[in-house]
Amino acid sequence: MNRNLITLLLLLIGATLSQAQTADEIIAHYFENTGGLEKWKALQGVKMSAKLNQGGMEIPLEIVQLKDGRQMTSINFQGKEIKQGVFDGTTLWSTNFQTMKGEKSDAESTENFKLDIGDFPDPFLNYKARGYKVELLGKENIEGSETFKLKLTKKPIKVDGKQTDNVVYYYFDAENFVPIMMEQEVNSGPAKGMISQSTMSDYQEINGLMMPFSMAQGYKGQGSQPITITKIELNPKVDGAVFTMPVEK
Amino acid sequence: MKKNILTLFLSALVLSSFAQEDAITRGKELFGDLKARHIGPALMSGRTTDLELHPTNDRVLYVGTAGGGVWKSNNGGATFNSIFDDYCQSIGSVEIDPSSPDNIIWVGTGETWTRNSVSVGDGLYKTVDGGTNWIKMGFEKSERIAGIQVNPKNPDEVYVAVLGPLWNDSEERGLYKTTDGGKTWNKILYVDKTTGCSDLTLDPNNPNIVYASFWEFRRQPWSFSSGGATSALYKSIDGGKTFNKIHNGFPKGKLGRLAIAVAPSNSNILYTVIESEQDKDKGLYRSDDGGANWKQLNNDFGIVVRPFYFSRIEVDPRNPDVVVKAGLFGSISRDGGKTFKDLGPNHSDVHDIVFDIKNSDRMYAATDGGVYRSWDGGTTLEIVENLPLSQFYHVSVDNEEPYNVYGGLQDNGCWFGPSQSPGGIEARDWRRVGVGDGYRVYAHPTKKLIYSEMQGAENVWRYDPAKDQAKTIQPLAGKGDPKLRFNWNAAMAMSASKPDRFYMGSQFVHRSEDMGETWVKISPDLTTNDPTKQNQEDSGGLSRDNSGAENHCTIFTIAESPLDENIVWAGTDDGNLQITKDGGKTWTNVVSNIPGLPKNTMAYHVEASVFGKAIAYAVFTGYQTGDKSTYVYKTTDFGATWKSIVTSEIYGFARNIQEDYENENLLFLGTEFGLYITLNGGKSWYKFTNNMPAANVHFIELHKKTNDLVIATHGRGVIIIDDISPLRQLTEENMNKELHFFTTKPTIIAETNGFGGGSTETQFVGNNPSRAAKIIYYLKKRHTFGKMSLEIQDLEGTTIAELGPGKSKGINVVEWNYNMKPPKMAAAKTFAFGGFTSPRVPAGTYKVVIQKGKDTYTNDLVIQYDPKSDISLADRKLQEEATKKLYDMSQELAYMVYTLDEYVKIAEGVKARDAKSAKIATPLISELTKLKETLVVTKGDNYVGAAEPQLREKMAELYAKVADSYYKPNQAELSNLEAIESRFEKGKEDYKKIKDKNLPKVINAKSKDALEPIMLKTYEEFLRDN
Repeated sequence: MNRNLITLLLLLIGATLSQAQTADEIIAHYFENTGGLEKWKALQGVKMSAKLNQGGMEIPLEIVQLKDGRQMTSINFQGKEIKQGVFDGTTLWSTNFQTMKGEKSDAESTENFKLDIGDFPDPFLNYKARGYKVELLGKENIEGSETFKLKLTKKPIKVDGKQTDNVVYYYFDAENFVPIMMEQEVNSGPAKGMISQSTMSDYQEINGLMMPFSMAQGYKGQGSQPITITKIELNPKVDGAVFTMPVEK
Repeated sequence: MKKNILTLFLSALVLSSFAQEDAITRGKELFGDLKARHIGPALMSGRTTDLELHPTNDRVLYVGTAGGGVWKSNNGGATFNSIFDDYCQSIGSVEIDPSSPDNIIWVGTGETWTRNSVSVGDGLYKTVDGGTNWIKMGFEKSERIAGIQVNPKNPDEVYVAVLGPLWNDSEERGLYKTTDGGKTWNKILYVDKTTGCSDLTLDPNNPNIVYASFWEFRRQPWSFSSGGATSALYKSIDGGKTFNKIHNGFPKGKLGRLAIAVAPSNSNILYTVIESEQDKDKGLYRSDDGGANWKQLNNDFGIVVRPFYFSRIEVDPRNPDVVVKAGLFGSISRDGGKTFKDLGPNHSDVHDIVFDIKNSDRMYAATDGGVYRSWDGGTTLEIVENLPLSQFYHVSVDNEEPYNVYGGLQDNGCWFGPSQSPGGIEARDWRRVGVGDGYRVYAHPTKKLIYSEMQGAENVWRYDPAKDQAKTIQPLAGKGDPKLRFNWNAAMAMSASKPDRFYMGSQFVHRSEDMGETWVKISPDLTTNDPTKQNQEDSGGLSRDNSGAENHCTIFTIAESPLDENIVWAGTDDGNLQITKDGGKTWTNVVSNIPGLPKNTMAYHVEASVFGKAIAYAVFTGYQTGDKSTYVYKTTDFGATWKSIVTSEIYGFARNIQEDYENENLLFLGTEFGLYITLNGGKSWYKFTNNMPAANVHFIELHKKTNDLVIATHGRGVIIIDDISPLRQLTEENMNKELHFFTTKPTIIAETNGFGGGSTETQFVGNNPSRAAKIIYYLKKRHTFGKMSLEIQDLEGTTIAELGPGKSKGINVVEWNYNMKPPKMAAAKTFAFGGFTSPRVPAGTYKVVIQKGKDTYTNDLVIQYDPKSDISLADRKLQEEATKKLYDMSQELAYMVYTLDEYVKIAEGVKARDAKSAKIATPLISELTKLKETLVVTKGDNYVGAAEPQLREKMAELYAKVADSYYKPNQAELSNLEAIESRFEKGKEDYKKIKDKNLPKVINAKSKDALEPIMLKTYEEFLRDN
């Protein structure tokens, strides 16, 4: 009887092991289930319209990301456009809320940002060739779903002058292999040491690619702010001028 | 036969660990968004046990704590973050691997400062990614790990000092070594079942040299013994293959707890602190030849005080003659250990002191009251203000709104503080209501008075916070009374039927009907009164330690039935459970009716039920005799029969249970490793882990009005789960629906808009509960694919607000701050900040509409005005009307400016064509531009370069004032409104005049092009578009 119990247990353990995935299999499933590797590789850029809900106030956003690393988030308040996290290929800048003028990010942030160029559309695409490392850490329950926890180690960044590992954790739904949460320790600023979390949901198909139309961002153990994406345009035509920091006259 | 027993045991172990993991997973799937909030406080912090510095980065340090896990600082100790929430929170040792200090950290659980209230550990943990993920590396039964050392040249070679269990024999004790990074361990030095490895260090210049001290010690609930013939200090010079005692120069006879430290700058210089038979021989010893010979240097009070509690020695990394010793105040010597002075003022009971890696003036101290920093070599110390490690023994609540939380803490007195406060719950919100070791605190049910106590009921106070007057009221031995034996954590209880009634427990139950002025013993000695357990004077072993903490054969818990004041339960620390049904005339010991409970197991808590006079729950703990099983029982017949409600899903011995007041099957259980919840009366349990660390739960209270579960942790302060009422509705039927809306109470609009708190940047601030309306629903499965939206509509179906729905499996909580969208403001050069104000909706019933794929789910949501407010309904309507007027005006103005801008654009187009057209267009452009300058600001910036405000800005400013207020607009506001209205009217008239005069010509000129027709958005279109 006892032996039977042990055998049963061993069988159970064996069964879970045999179903186990490698990190690369999970990533392969993910790309396959969301449109196929070739489609993802061919993607040149996206333009998204979104709404950020901050304490009842809805903030409309427009987000542009291009394969060459250029990106921009534009917020429209009372008819004024404010740009945040704009990268034109060389300079990372944002609009100052007080003066409404463009200001460059500090040199370290810019250098760190440049290390991520090539992450578009997905850091797991060609991750090996880009020197990234991926490790499967096991299973974890996220928002009631069983997930695979993957550790993505990117190129080390500098934080206040010191070299620091750049690690992001991804939680892939074990049923359908799409990521439903990302987690990263905040490296600098007042939230340093806290864990930032983004959850993803409302995956919908857009021209053959599955993308999340809903995200929520916050810190572990605290509330989060939902972002609803209302529209995604693939391979948009974008005037390069939108990335350029305005010159003061 | 033996093999079968082993197999059975192993399979039981595997099954129970599966069940425990399953309880966590099922809990996550069920509780979803229902999250705990931490209110601290951090102002007195809590006991910290071990400090560990990064070997090369002086910004990084770790602190291990007695009951609050492991915290990491990235900024030189200015602030800390918790990195060990999911695991055992009692920490013995933290060790950074010197060869991979950013990644590999080892944590040995189980505090080794073995006071009576110490918790237990459950093994060794390792992280290889700087603390994000932790792996258990064995030693599950070690109970406490005193030291970990990693060979700086070989990360796979690690030594672990297992001090072992405090209350029982164990073969787990000893010094262990791995050579494969922790996969396998060899016990390289073992003395016996009573003697554990209490300190460990490697020679920093030669990792083959290992020093380890062994300590014979034992605690019983009623006594403590330190020292014996087997305590010793050992040295190995061959990486732990062989060890020799190094006692040349040590005192003769039995030894107690020994510490060992090597001077990093000269590793021939060693220091030890010796506990021995003769007081004159105790104290600090030094060797200058690697331990071959020892010489006593000092036996001051600060060096020899309470060796079981203070043992650590640390040598300045740059100067072998600067040495610090943990102690009551902490001592520092600058002459090689000959003389010492106390550290500067800090919290007493210092367990560890370290020197910064680069600058010896920078020091850190781990105390009973948190971590302290020094910048001047230990003369001045300042507390780290964001470590909420408070160690509550008990918690209670009052009926104020918002309610207050009361409790006593280890070595930190008694306190009360608010469950919410403007800007968050700050250090300054807490008030001290007792000194010493604080235990139980209660608010008088109807008067503004507080009962509090210090250790052993040395003082019990009735405190008037308004007058700041404390009166002592504890029962004292009268004529003919024997000595009263109070537990260190003396029992107190209140009555649900008589507000002035107050109970205390010694070996007797004492009852007062007049708030402690007069006491009547209503019981005989309810304990076993075993004389062998009452020799506290002899407690301590080599160092006498009769603090009173070991007082035994005492009453520990008293509970009067909420349904019948004559039914009183009393549980004793020596394992009796007594009940009276006649107000104390007769008592019956019912403990022998409890199945499976070993004799003399401490009765920790009795919960007299609200669901029947005969119903009660009893929680017993046996860990102080080495029995770590969970004992929780229910009776429905006054204790005649009992049924265990424990399953293998529960991890850790329990101290407290709380029943729900409405659903008899909903119970909350606190164990040494966290919070458990059952929905079916204990047939199965879920672990609650949403922002609830695996902390020791000492007491749980459920607030009757708010349904908030208030949890006293012994190391993570007070933790609250706001409004657990949805759990009452978790029936199988509801959980089988795709989406189920929970019934929620109407939301009362919180009428506050004050100025927040006053904490500084590095202070802990406890979270407030959300005052928003909550939309709570259960999802059968996480929503990952397809669209899901949530909006609030009025009863006509007009959208009031769009919110981001929760998508988790289990309970989702979406908050709505009962605001509509802010008005659409006119475009201008800068912002009109008032325009960012969202107006509140009027009280009423609203509709929640969730669209999930093709399915629509709706529910009602009721918003109410505060019935206690002094504001009349008529005044509210005036406020709402004025707000609405300004809101609409702002949007009308926005539309007007939009059309104006469009006309200017058209005119510019016409103007550019030729000189004749320019002549037609120019007057319109210039007149409109001039008008616009009066409508909105057209220059300046958003800060001190701001332009003079125009109509939009004035309108927005007044709108924000009126909309933010709860009162009717005042006279100044109304008259200002009138002025703005008339200016707007004038603006509209001017606009019309300009258009009438100039626009047709321009339109006419433009239409000649016939390039594209003039298409302006309608007002509705304009409002709809972003």
